[in-house]
Amino acid sequence: MEKKTYTITSSEGLHARPCSLLVSAVTPFQSDVTIGYNGKKANMKSIMGVMGMGIESGAQVEIEADGADAAEAIAKVDEIMKQENIGE
Amino acid sequence: MTSQLTGIGVSDGIAIAKAYRLEAPDLTVEKRSIDNPADEIARFESAKSKAAEELEAIRLKAAENFGEDKAAIFAAHLLVLNDPELTSSVTGSIEQGVNAEFALQQAADTFTAMFESMDNEYMRERAADVRDVTKRLLAKLLGVHVSDPSAIDEEVIIIADDLTPSATAQLNKEFVKGFVTNIGGRTSHSAILGRMLEIPAVVGTKTAMDTIEQGVRVIVDGTDGTVLIDPADTEVGTYEGKKEKFQQDKELLNRYVSEATTSSDGQHVEVGANIASIDDLPLADKNGAEGVGLFRTEFLYMGQSDWPSEEEQLEAYKAVLTAMDDRPTVVRTLDIGGDKELNYFSTPEEMNPFLGERAIRLCFAQPDMFRTQLRALLRASVHGNLKIMFPMIATLEEFRQAKQMLLEEEEKLKADGFAISDTYEVGMMLEIPAAAVIADLFAKEVDFFSIGTNDLIQYTMAADRMNESVSYLYQPNHPAVLRLIHNVISAAHKEGKWAGMCGEVAGDPLVIPILLGMGLDEFSMSPSSILKARAQIAGLSKAEWEGYIPEILQMGTSEEIIKFVQEHSK
Repeated sequence: MEKKTYTITSSEGLHARPCSLLVSAVTPFQSDVTIGYNGKKANMKSIMGVMGMGIESGAQVEIEADGADAAEAIAKVDEIMKQENIGE
Repeated sequence: MTSQLTGIGVSDGIAIAKAYRLEAPDLTVEKRSIDNPADEIARFESAKSKAAEELEAIRLKAAENFGEDKAAIFAAHLLVLNDPELTSSVTGSIEQGVNAEFALQQAADTFTAMFESMDNEYMRERAADVRDVTKRLLAKLLGVHVSDPSAIDEEVIIIADDLTPSATAQLNKEFVKGFVTNIGGRTSHSAILGRMLEIPAVVGTKTAMDTIEQGVRVIVDGTDGTVLIDPADTEVGTYEGKKEKFQQDKELLNRYVSEATTSSDGQHVEVGANIASIDDLPLADKNGAEGVGLFRTEFLYMGQSDWPSEEEQLEAYKAVLTAMDDRPTVVRTLDIGGDKELNYFSTPEEMNPFLGERAIRLCFAQPDMFRTQLRALLRASVHGNLKIMFPMIATLEEFRQAKQMLLEEEEKLKADGFAISDTYEVGMMLEIPAAAVIADLFAKEVDFFSIGTNDLIQYTMAADRMNESVSYLYQPNHPAVLRLIHNVISAAHKEGKWAGMCGEVAGDPLVIPILLGMGLDEFSMSPSSILKARAQIAGLSKAEWEGYIPEILQMGTSEEIIKFVQEHSK
């Protein structure tokens, strides 16, 4: 299992656009990928699950990937987070 | 045989084309029990891939017509459609033995309810997206045909109950010549879109969907709200003529876009635009606004979950001031209360909201909120030609208090090292008769007046203009109203200050000659009225109308005054 923590820097929080980018990025991986916030966890391949958490700017989130390609999935999340200024 | 409908004309112009009905399909769902869950899941998956194909086609169309930005929403819709949580919720219910339609509707209701219960306004609105996607999927499952406006390939007039964002994103500008809807008003989505695309639109007809059949010829007159269904050839001829006249007038007016407003005897006055956000500036520019005579800041406060921050407001003011550059920009501080409400702030129920705690009165009751706005304005002052205006000032003390708060914030900001323009102006909106009567006293303390006619008339005549049984009292040409306006303009000029007007009346052709004669310096109106006003002023002699003013001010009724204006402005 791979884990990584981020602080959301996108000014609108996880609105439709950043959510779309993250969900599209992890969907092709076999591993289960989740996003944890405020003691809750959501399936990161589910746009409604992620948006439903109402993650705002400045929030701490924990991304977890579990499966054969977990490391690659986390690397992809990291790339999108930084490239699109979503979190750091 | 011709029949006729009347609605609210919200976007000028005339269109003649075939009707295209945007149908709202019947998506009633029944609960059935099923024997073979595997088959039912396969049926669901197949509906899903059909819906996905359709969404992908819409996304491409939207990108082509409106740009990638607007198309991004459909990429998000595709993710909702393929959401694994949605799918597993539906397949889970199907395995329990219910049909796909019922399972989908249940899942859709759950997700919509989740978004609707969220604190954040933005997230609550996402419920509409979930509904949009699940409806499309449901239609596929039920085998119901949904109108596909992206397939339109001939000139049409769209007939709809109302226009949704997803429907409008698919419309091809080349073929859509007009809109007619059952519901809506001046600010509904279809009205705004009509004006943006510059095609005629009539909304609020109530019965368009019941009376207009697919493919029948329709004439839409967006100027007066008339819709003719299946017109005779003679009527089509008449309207072809009107349409041509409209185009010619428009081209004639376009000559005035880049000209300054000048009367026939060479006197310059400013004709500016009323705006509510930076989004209104392109239309103001297109119509040659020489300034912004009223920037309403309410919209920064509406549709939010909390008071907008100083930084947020700074960005909004800075954007407008930068775009306007050295052209004057009058920003009105928050005018809320009365009939306008905020999600995060409840105003007490009042017997007479228009005589209650609104505008500057509310700002004094919420000083922190007011100071935040003042700070944002001061910090934005270096980016353009800013004029700050306080609304609903009745007494000298109120103006002094507001100005005092402004100066205090200016001192604090300067102490913190912020740059602030030393040429910004501070004035007041003149909309209370008491202030108009003592305008000479105010004129010594303000930098300018801007007359807000909507409220000035309603307070002077003691008549609610929304109340149909007394709306006859809403008379811009009433002697009392004109005498007050004259008093305000004269008082300003005596102290070397300027006077403007930012109500509907500033663009009223029956009042413009009088205002010009009285010496009004600035006329501010909705952008679409600017060119007409400029063309009218170009044909009027200021000196001549100045000469008529004493005579006009002695007339006893609106009727007499209107007749005089009509006879002398030919």
